Amino acid sequence: MTQPLLRLTGLTKAYPGVVANSDVSFNINAGEVHALLGENGAGKSTLVKMIYGLVKPDTGSMALNDAPFAPPAPSAARQSGVAMVFQHFSLFEALNVAENIALGMENAPKQRDLAAKIKEVSHQYGLPLDPYMRVGDLSAGERQRVEIIRCLLQNPKLLIMDEPTSVLTPQEVEILFKTLRQLKSEGTAILYISHKLEEIRSLCDTATILRLGKKVATCTPADTSAKELAEMMVGETLHVPERAAGDFGDVLLNVQNLSLPAPSEFGTALKDVNFEVRAGEILGIGGVAGNGQDELLGALSGEVSSKNAVGLRGRDISKLGPQQRRALGVLAAPEERLGHAAVPDMSLTENALLSAAVRKDMMRSGFLHWGKAKDYAQEVIEAFDVRTPGPANAARSLSGGNLQKFVIGREVLQDPDVLIVNQPTWGVDAAAAAAIRQSLMDLAAKGAALIVISQDLDELMEISDHFAALNEGRLSAIRPVQGLSVEEIGLMMGGVHSGVEGAA
Amino acid sequence: MDLSSINPVLLIASLMVSATPILLAALGELVVEKSGVLNLGVEGMMITGAICGFAIGVNTGSPVLGFMFSALCGALLSLAFGILTQYLLSNQVATGLGLTLVGLGLSSLIGKPYEGIKSPTLQKMELPLLSDIPIFGKMFFSHDPMVYFSVALVAAVWAVLKFSRAGLILRAVGESHDAAHALGYKVVRIRMLAILFGGACAGLAGAYISLVRVPQWTEGMTAGAGWIALAIVVFASWKPWRILIGAYLFGGVTVLQLNLQAAGAKVPIEVLSMSPYLITITVLVIISARGNHGAPAALGKIFHASR
Repeated sequence: MTQPLLRLTGLTKAYPGVVANSDVSFNINAGEVHALLGENGAGKSTLVKMIYGLVKPDTGSMALNDAPFAPPAPSAARQSGVAMVFQHFSLFEALNVAENIALGMENAPKQRDLAAKIKEVSHQYGLPLDPYMRVGDLSAGERQRVEIIRCLLQNPKLLIMDEPTSVLTPQEVEILFKTLRQLKSEGTAILYISHKLEEIRSLCDTATILRLGKKVATCTPADTSAKELAEMMVGETLHVPERAAGDFGDVLLNVQNLSLPAPSEFGTALKDVNFEVRAGEILGIGGVAGNGQDELLGALSGEVSSKNAVGLRGRDISKLGPQQRRALGVLAAPEERLGHAAVPDMSLTENALLSAAVRKDMMRSGFLHWGKAKDYAQEVIEAFDVRTPGPANAARSLSGGNLQKFVIGREVLQDPDVLIVNQPTWGVDAAAAAAIRQSLMDLAAKGAALIVISQDLDELMEISDHFAALNEGRLSAIRPVQGLSVEEIGLMMGGVHSGVEGAA
Repeated sequence: MDLSSINPVLLIASLMVSATPILLAALGELVVEKSGVLNLGVEGMMITGAICGFAIGVNTGSPVLGFMFSALCGALLSLAFGILTQYLLSNQVATGLGLTLVGLGLSSLIGKPYEGIKSPTLQKMELPLLSDIPIFGKMFFSHDPMVYFSVALVAAVWAVLKFSRAGLILRAVGESHDAAHALGYKVVRIRMLAILFGGACAGLAGAYISLVRVPQWTEGMTAGAGWIALAIVVFASWKPWRILIGAYLFGGVTVLQLNLQAAGAKVPIEVLSMSPYLITITVLVIISARGNHGAPAALGKIFHASR
């Protein structure tokens, strides 16, 4: 096996303001399952998009079987034998399996022949599929099978899988792994992207680890512990926490046995989440995206009601909606700025009113007090240095960072007792991020309880008192941030909860 | 009341004639909607087709030329709709309603000089052998060519949608234009073709009213047939054979209630007049009550390839 199937040499891709990949080189051999590891934003997606022909590299080259390989479009990559299974599927729900597969092929055979072929291939790889089932009636795992079979029918040499297990049940994961091992034994190379370290250790032969767009290591996952992998992913440059554990007041918000079914097939079910937050405390919740962060925020803000799971000062508020919770002092700022935290086509004044009407007294017997709303929007703009011509501008017209400042400021200035924020500094430049973090810490110092959900570990280490990680909808044990080591954080995020005690 | 004056052979024969315009228009709209476009201008395209076909038929003396020209006019009108909705991304509901208003106005303008004239009409085409069958021959096989054409078109549309790759692509575009675009299909071009087909069908449907069913021109003579066609598409769950059932049911009840009126049935005329609408909708609602309705998922949504 001296000849690599695919050789990447010095691939670099920069977007305005971000270097997604910088000088990435590695080889993939035939019959090898190669893992690509990294935190969110480490550049994994950009890298596979370059291989699949969706994005062109700025510099660097690729070679497939020693021949130069620069696919201008996905169809060219497919013809060279590179196939990809996407994280979010691109299927037609009302059409049946065979029709969906036919639409993705250049020269589809007759329906009956194709159906027979699908049956044959799907049984051969242990992924039984009925070619005449409507895709809309299939489970997430079965839909993924459709995409995999679509790839397999074109006899790929390299199969790229972008987080294939994120939507699967454990049983479906087992079936998928069996198929992948079979493919590997037949000489197909697989490039496998995942955050789940244990999965990679059991499946992959080689792992390439990316951090901030650069390759930091290549290793054999089976000989490397999950702890070491996590260390390499996260890096060892986490800040020493500066916040000392102060005196906390009474418990303000408590959550016990919070379990919720997944809101959609791409959502995550919350499983028995327990925690409490005291006045003056900041609880940081880390974890890889899509492990229940949005669902947790929804359950706390009141978008989703639960059963006796959320309490404020000992009173059950789990059945109350967002406005009622706001009136009691529980505020939230969700992650998605446009469309969730703010209405894109409404002005900042209107957006301020939507959230602050209850607490800032902008409604009088059903009538709106526009003057107060405008003043409040102006107040937020000034206090948080939001760069905009004025409160009459539409939320959509603001840059991401500016809108984020507005959205966070709008909640902070309402003097909440409990504030839940998700990704408070996502896409915000360093100075503005520091300002937002400072305002969150000031709010806690004034006696509010804060829950900060973030994927930025540095941020959580900087501002939180306690840390916990979400993994597949479960919350890890809650640990004081002081004295928490990088390895421990990595393991908490990777879902290994037991048996590891502080190394420090 | 004298029920013996109602001849069942004539009843069935005239039912097919009365249903043909709705059948043609609904079939065209089915194809348009399957591609994910909602064209509410069927009534407008129908009545434009009616007057254009009538004018050409009267001036040339050839109803065949009239039909051909009516299909062209319907397609032209739908081309305007297509350009507005597919390229200029206007709202489909508003544009379709506008199209109906334009068609109604345009047709009365063109039609002024043609009021009170009788047009040449299509000859009956007695199918050899089949039309000699007693009773059934008179019922089903002694019609004008357009009746046979409309039934053949039902079969053709059904077969193309179900068995051909073109039909599969059309349905895919109507299900998810984004996914179809990602797979490399030309969404706008496919939709334009479907819209043109729908327009041509609506034009033919209109001409059938003015050239065969009534053979003369009166303003607003389609009298809501285009709207019924639209409703039949929905209640037929976007299935060609159910459109045939719906259209023939509507045509049948229309003819029957006219016969009942003539026979002096002791039912208020208003009730008889509304019965075709009531019965058709009721039956189709019952048919479509079970199972999935099969509305194309991207129906009425504006597509813009932003990447």
